[in-house]
Amino acid sequence: MSTAVLSGNEAIARGAYEAGVRVASAYPGTPSTEILENMVRYPEIDSSWAPNEKVALEVAIGASFGGGRAIACMKHVGVNVAADPLFTLSYTGVRGGLVLVAADDPEMHSSQNEQDSRNYAKFAKLPMLEPADSRECKEFTRLAFELSEQFDTPVMLRSCTRISHGKSLVELSERVSDLPEPKLVKDPPKLVMLPGNARVRHPLVEERTLKLSEYGNSFAVNRAEMRSAKIGVICAGVVYQYVREVLPDASVLKLGMVYPLPKTLIREFAAKVDQLFVIEELDPFIEEQVRAMGLTVTGKEIVPLCGELSPGRIRTAFAKVGLAIAPESPAFTSGQLPPRPPNMCPGCSHRGLFYTLNRLNAYVTGDIGCYTLGFMPPLNAMDTCICMGASVSNASGIVRVLPPEEQRRVVGVIGDSTFLHTGLNSLMEMAYNRAPATVVILDNRTTAMTGRQENPASGFTLSGEAAAEIDLVALCRALGVRHVRVIDPNDLDATRKALEEEMARPEPSVIITNRPCCLLKGEHRFKPGEAMEVDQEKCTGCRACLRLGCPAIEWQPAPDGKRGKAYIDPLLCNGCTVCQQLCKFNAIQ
Amino acid sequence: MSDMITNILLVGVGGQGILLASEVLAETFMLAGFDVKKSEIHGMSQRGGSVVSHVRFGRKVFSPTVPEGEGDLLFGFELLEAYRALPLLRSGAKVVVNDYRIPPPSVLLGQATYPDDLVERIRAGFADSLLVDGLHLAQQAGDARAANTVLLGAVSTRLPIDETVWQEALARMVPKKALEINRKAFALGRAL
Repeated sequence: MSTAVLSGNEAIARGAYEAGVRVASAYPGTPSTEILENMVRYPEIDSSWAPNEKVALEVAIGASFGGGRAIACMKHVGVNVAADPLFTLSYTGVRGGLVLVAADDPEMHSSQNEQDSRNYAKFAKLPMLEPADSRECKEFTRLAFELSEQFDTPVMLRSCTRISHGKSLVELSERVSDLPEPKLVKDPPKLVMLPGNARVRHPLVEERTLKLSEYGNSFAVNRAEMRSAKIGVICAGVVYQYVREVLPDASVLKLGMVYPLPKTLIREFAAKVDQLFVIEELDPFIEEQVRAMGLTVTGKEIVPLCGELSPGRIRTAFAKVGLAIAPESPAFTSGQLPPRPPNMCPGCSHRGLFYTLNRLNAYVTGDIGCYTLGFMPPLNAMDTCICMGASVSNASGIVRVLPPEEQRRVVGVIGDSTFLHTGLNSLMEMAYNRAPATVVILDNRTTAMTGRQENPASGFTLSGEAAAEIDLVALCRALGVRHVRVIDPNDLDATRKALEEEMARPEPSVIITNRPCCLLKGEHRFKPGEAMEVDQEKCTGCRACLRLGCPAIEWQPAPDGKRGKAYIDPLLCNGCTVCQQLCKFNAIQ
Repeated sequence: MSDMITNILLVGVGGQGILLASEVLAETFMLAGFDVKKSEIHGMSQRGGSVVSHVRFGRKVFSPTVPEGEGDLLFGFELLEAYRALPLLRSGAKVVVNDYRIPPPSVLLGQATYPDDLVERIRAGFADSLLVDGLHLAQQAGDARAANTVLLGAVSTRLPIDETVWQEALARMVPKKALEINRKAFALGRAL
């Protein structure tokens, strides 16, 4: 048995491998993406990207119904997309074990909301395990498959950013080899959820939850650690680590299964401590259930509802009730500093488009991806952003309430991968109902924001094999859009002309920008000798190039009160020429 | 082995190779027989934004993140980001920082200035501060891309780990054809 330093995501992949998983499906989403990127290293597992999370879960359900163990992985908001099959899957149960990994993002490091996935376990009436480090990520993944088959239920495994992207030591084991071979078995009363069958299944689901709750009282992942009786803390996941760090003497009931709760174990623990606390990130999920049991407990009175917890935040919470010393103020304060928000890369194929949308005073309904950074100054070219696919349908909706002169300004922007995720249905609606908006599909040949994953339009699969490559132009036409054109977003004149013409058209139209992500292999960032250079003689300091917000272009103030000039960092510039096209004085060569 | 935990913060700008450097640290501490945890953020925050990676080692480590104000060692890849992270340190912490400036957007646009006295301000707050010319020393080792390994060499002198362990971690983590240059880069940093 060997030991390795693994991330939570690597450990979940390892756990699935050891559990004998046959099929793994996912759509990339921070902080869950690396689970499948690691899963694909195990040739025994059929690992693939699905166009969206609903499809990923349904692929896993199919594999389970065939009798193989299967896993679907997604970020928290992906579970919203997959919720439809999830709730009914709870009724059918499984054949081969099925695990859904939901990776939450408290603090919204890379997300549009910080919903708490634990509510899904209660809502869909299925068990949820929550690991507290990489070792538990691996172990709980294995246990989740056993639980799934033992109780005939899908099991959710909840991670969060600090678990998925944290690393700790993991002991590796072998893959199980004694699982039954998958084969077709007809069982319509269990698997065909018509009302008549579903009415039979629902009481079984309620019974299952009671059995699981009872099982939780002796399930080894739920563990009471008795130390001083003065403080008793119920907690789970990464919060357990923070509590142990801040209150080393406190007694802790560490829950590995956060739904359903082990009520007897909780009552026994509560009876042994002077004061009972529930410390949890985001919603008072455990706290409300503990209160409903009639126990006196302190929780969200002292712990914030918003954002992630940390040792300092937990110390502050317990200091409020006199049970810890408040954190000292920092030994050093750095004062006001220029912030460093994320930015599009130098040479990003989205920059020219967002610059032009800004100049045309477009009202831009946005979407989820790198291009959401078009929101940042100086581009300032994004006006809405809700969820995957919403740009197109939001554009379709907003034009319906606007006068014609304002309708023209509405442009929806969506990446290739996001378009195929859920934008497809939205464009179908827009074309079907003839909403006079313009949609730009930013086709950079990859799922860039999450680290350049393949998708059904990129021509390759997760394992790197050649795949059917979706023809986006033909697809848009097939959806009923009559006006579809393709442009190079690095050609500013062509981009402006296309946008002006399509925005003026009182019909649905699509513009596809076809420039690959500058981080893709072969689209090398640093092309020696191709960097742009500012001719300091010709530069008048007009600042036109600065409006691109390119990280390679820097304003250099003149020391003697004269006008400053632009400077291009040759190590950052990739020679995209967009700034050159903007310079009226031919100062950029 | 004492119960003491050592808290390291790696800070810089997304794209500077901070995650890889933190991987080498974690591997080193594991090889040295310690419990180790690390934590970082991927995704949107990595697109040229501020990046903080936490690495902790000791007999038994609970939290994957360094408790606020308890950083023992700051490993800075960029001056402004190193300065920004100083409040995360305890008083008397050690600082190893790359002498390298990457202007943030407001400075690029001429709306703010990049503070020009950061080195002095860091030294005034933390007596044990080492400024490393990572890029220049890496070029001396044979490849500008080995700047992070120069910094790692400098950081290694601030940590109670045998050089043989560092060398083994390098051999495990660095691609074979780049190992010789990285060994040179590490030695140049370690000699500072």
